[in-house]
Amino acid sequence: MKIKITTKELKSDFAKEVKERSGIDVKKCYQCGKCTAGCPVAYEMDYMPNQIIRFVQLGLRHEALTSRTIWLCASCITCSTRCPKEVKIAELMDVLREMALEEGVANPKEKNITTFHKAFLNSVKKHGRISEFWMLSEYKRKRPKTALQDIEIGPQLMLKGKLSLTPHDIKGKKSIKRIFEKFK
Amino acid sequence: MTEETKKTKIGYYPGCAITKCSTSEEYGTSVLGVSRVIGPELVEIGDWNCCGASSAHATNHKLSTALSVRNISLAEKDGYDEVLAPCPMCSQRLIISQNDVHEDKKLREEVEDAIEMPVSSNVKVSNYLEIIKNYSMDEIAEKRKKKPEGLKVASYYGCLLLRPPKILKFDDPENPTTMDEIVAAIGAEAVDWEFKTNCCGGGFTLSRPNVVVKLTHDILEGAADAGANVIAVACPMCHANLDMRQKNIEKEYGRRFNIPIVYISELIGLALGLKPKDLGMDKHFIDTDFVVDAFSNIEE
Repeated sequence: MKIKITTKELKSDFAKEVKERSGIDVKKCYQCGKCTAGCPVAYEMDYMPNQIIRFVQLGLRHEALTSRTIWLCASCITCSTRCPKEVKIAELMDVLREMALEEGVANPKEKNITTFHKAFLNSVKKHGRISEFWMLSEYKRKRPKTALQDIEIGPQLMLKGKLSLTPHDIKGKKSIKRIFEKFK
Repeated sequence: MTEETKKTKIGYYPGCAITKCSTSEEYGTSVLGVSRVIGPELVEIGDWNCCGASSAHATNHKLSTALSVRNISLAEKDGYDEVLAPCPMCSQRLIISQNDVHEDKKLREEVEDAIEMPVSSNVKVSNYLEIIKNYSMDEIAEKRKKKPEGLKVASYYGCLLLRPPKILKFDDPENPTTMDEIVAAIGAEAVDWEFKTNCCGGGFTLSRPNVVVKLTHDILEGAADAGANVIAVACPMCHANLDMRQKNIEKEYGRRFNIPIVYISELIGLALGLKPKDLGMDKHFIDTDFVVDAFSNIEE
């Protein structure tokens, strides 16, 4: 892997910004690679978890925020648990995802994942709880290529009475809407 | 609320996945069924909301924190000083959020303004294994009616019960033993295996099923090769991924596991002599008859 680094990037405040938002200090990382060694999804990632930290250390904002890795992190927190320097790597992925969405640069190849999150939260916003059926429908509608995937599971769930078409609305729906509006 | 009721009543936060007519309803059904026999008494928190799960914390930290904390504040309002969240996604989110608002005063103020309630710092959020270990081990020994025969159980903990260990403060993150102790308490054999704390792919069921198929294959293989004939779980996502994906795994890897995946609460319920149907044993994808039949002997 060869990435060109400019002086502008090296002088950038990316690491500082990440620290201000999350309290995570990437400077502590000495690149031992233990996070990558234990990551169950590393095999699917475009950059290894320790490389993502390196990007932040070096101010490579674009490389970090447009990576597929930040979306493929399953938040299992094995990395943060084992890090000898107590760098919260999984939590770093959270803040990078947040920034990627804010800046509109989330990698389009992982659109299934971002669409799923959106459909999930839309259901919470609307009802206060998840309506699995309607969340699923929204996801499949927005990602038509996934329509046939797992086609046999839905009917089986219904037969077992485990997929309800009726959403459950909580009484405090307004409070939930307020939370969503405050933290857009 | 009197001191006496405070001690025995625990606020119950089911979370979305384990309520009636949801994909993991048998977890909720069996947790409640078991608590009716051995306690502690569980009372549902009024008007709880979804904790936001991975989708909130992966995309919006403040939203995730507020959604989770609202439930803890509701529990405090109802007078509980302990809450059981059987779903580890929920318990992890609730505990982390409680910790985050405790550490960050500005976040705490923003969250209090959003939820229009004071943030509680006194309510303890517990996972299901903790509740059983802290309150019910003696009751299991006392009220056990059936002794399982031939059950070799792989206790599977996954991620969310254990990590991050400094905040969750539950068991050893690399080699946990609480579930194995419960398995032993109901008279079954807990096998030693290597995949207790591996990740199943969690919330990637829909968006990245290929990742889930690979990770669950590795877990099933680890359990089968260690001689287990059933996997016990305490997480709806672990359950769904391991139970529903075995056909895909067979297609992809050419190995048929057919291992029943049961909730630890279902195993406790069977040992207590509860009816399999009342525990939701008929709600699984992989047939659980073998597990139910293992509990046919009445204990002498």
